[in-house]
Amino acid sequence: MQRGPPRIVSSWGNVARGEHRVYGFSSRFEDFPDISGGCTVLPFGNGRSYGDSCLNVGGALLETRTLDRFIRFDADQGTLSCEAGVQLADILSVVVPAGWFPCVLPGTQYVTVGGAIANDVHGKNHHRAGTFGCHVTRFELLRPDGERMSCSAEETPDWFAATIGGLGLTGVVTWAQMRLRRVAGPWLDVESIRCADLDELLELSIESAKDFEYTVAWVDCLARGRRLGRGILQRANHADGAASAPRPAGGTGFAVPFAPPVSLVNSATLRLFNAAHYHRRRLRTRTVQHFQRFFFPLDGIRHWNRLYGPRGFHQYQCVIPGSGAGEAARSLLGAVAAAGEGSFLAILKCFGDRASPGLLSFPQSGITLALDFPNRGAPLAALFGRLDAIVAQSGGRLYPAKDARMPGDLFRAGYPRHGEFLRFTNPRCSSSFWRRVMADA
Amino acid sequence: MKRALIIGATSAMAEATARGLAQRGAALYLVGRNAQRVAAIASDLTTRGASQVGYEALDVNDFAAHEAMLDRAMRAAGGLDIVLIAHGTLSDQHACEGSVDLTMRELSTNALSVVALCTRIAPRLAMQGCGTLAVISSVAGDRGRRSNYVYGSAKALVSAYLSGLRQQLSPAGVQVLTIKPGFVDTPMTAAFAKGPLWASPQRVAAGILSAIEKRRDVVYLPGFWRPVMWIMRMIPEGIFKRVAL
Repeated sequence: MQRGPPRIVSSWGNVARGEHRVYGFSSRFEDFPDISGGCTVLPFGNGRSYGDSCLNVGGALLETRTLDRFIRFDADQGTLSCEAGVQLADILSVVVPAGWFPCVLPGTQYVTVGGAIANDVHGKNHHRAGTFGCHVTRFELLRPDGERMSCSAEETPDWFAATIGGLGLTGVVTWAQMRLRRVAGPWLDVESIRCADLDELLELSIESAKDFEYTVAWVDCLARGRRLGRGILQRANHADGAASAPRPAGGTGFAVPFAPPVSLVNSATLRLFNAAHYHRRRLRTRTVQHFQRFFFPLDGIRHWNRLYGPRGFHQYQCVIPGSGAGEAARSLLGAVAAAGEGSFLAILKCFGDRASPGLLSFPQSGITLALDFPNRGAPLAALFGRLDAIVAQSGGRLYPAKDARMPGDLFRAGYPRHGEFLRFTNPRCSSSFWRRVMADA
Repeated sequence: MKRALIIGATSAMAEATARGLAQRGAALYLVGRNAQRVAAIASDLTTRGASQVGYEALDVNDFAAHEAMLDRAMRAAGGLDIVLIAHGTLSDQHACEGSVDLTMRELSTNALSVVALCTRIAPRLAMQGCGTLAVISSVAGDRGRRSNYVYGSAKALVSAYLSGLRQQLSPAGVQVLTIKPGFVDTPMTAAFAKGPLWASPQRVAAGILSAIEKRRDVVYLPGFWRPVMWIMRMIPEGIFKRVAL
């Protein structure tokens, strides 16, 4: 059913927004709603995509947030089926006390299962576990023509591969089934190690992949010259049951009540923060952390995206494959540092070589770099142009879930299977992102 | 461990309340019109921690079926600590003005079925000498308004009935809770444009659970509706009849 008159919907980065007709479900047994006016429709979970891949400006959105029921949790086998609007936070609250854990967690728990599938999200254990989609065993795809398909890798490999990472363009996922992994408890053994430059960081990152399930690095992207790429590598494993540490407050903590008139993230605050964050750490620390704090440090501050002010922010996340990845990362960080457009969150991670299941999945073996920038208009666009050139030259690609601006040719070069994917897109599904990157195809 | 019967279990407010009870390990018995949807909610509540979930499909306008349903619910849970009556339909006022049948049906669903259920539930709880009967009425019942007076008058009947029932059951140690939500963002109100006065079903559910715990009599959810509705009731009829609400 339709949920009221057209509404302005914005995504997490607050740079893409626009008017949508919004539809919803009251149960997973309901038919695909009749979208009036013949406009296109896009499934919409919790709106945590940063750019326009979760928007369909001028068209319709089909909200899945009311499809938030668990279907079955088998605490012996470690399998879970639930509706597509269930958020990972809800899954964690149900499965962790029973000694199970999702195989892959992205940087926020406030994403829906449907969104995690549609973007084939990844986490700090990509080098071990691959993407979220690697652990999805089955889902139901409801298409705008009313057809319901039960999809699995064995029975419908083509639709399975098209829908995982398929950005909602094949129809709406109504429920999914996934495998979980055993854990002894909610705690992680976390080591943080300060690295003086990029070489040290990359070397330690690759070395840590052998013995640590989770690895991720924060990079001080204002550092230049011989300090370029200095940062802190975090590596962790699930702790055994005996470990314990204070549980963080979680969602009851701070909230940013409104967007300040200007971004609080700017070069002055960044310089202070980055220097303090880098030097605050001793060379090496070892702590026991609750999984909430380790996986979702930003979830503790509700609406942290508002810190960037009314103009919002961009996240630039790329992956560079192959042996040239280290050099490309150096060029990217050099370009960022030279531009002085410091990024508050600069995250570097070495992806492993487990193949992603989706035709349009983002992760591939190599180095991924994610950078947040307050939206400062033209100077930032110029920097993005320089970064794009480095990514294109090294055969890399950008992550649609984070993107509001990548050129169409960069998308199509980075995702060579987009032609194959086109055969599975539903003519009645579209998104602002899709129209943008395919307009000049 | 609480034992709760929820009638109208597929309504968004009831489902959110049931989740709160499930997380506390309650034993639940769910009643709703659509069997498939009640079954899906039962599975969900089991996963969320309910110690036991029974359910059945029932049309509340089938008054004769109430007694057997109540028997089954009490047997399944071995007694009841909480009965939540949450079913309802948001009447299309304009359509009601053109149809006696529709108006009577709306009054039956939103008022008479509630009275029929309460009539049968009251002696059971009185005999137990404890428990809570919580019923979702509405701020719409505080004063009839042009835009929804069929729905509003049904809720007014429910509120008045519960006020009397509270006097009757109070000596027996039974709590009768009248819940008056304002605008709640549910599938029932899908067609309305949402503003700052709208509350989520989760917020209303938290208020319901807290009111049960504190043994309150009448709650407005969220609480700001209490002064708003007081002012609404104070407006003289001579002025009120000229106001478009």
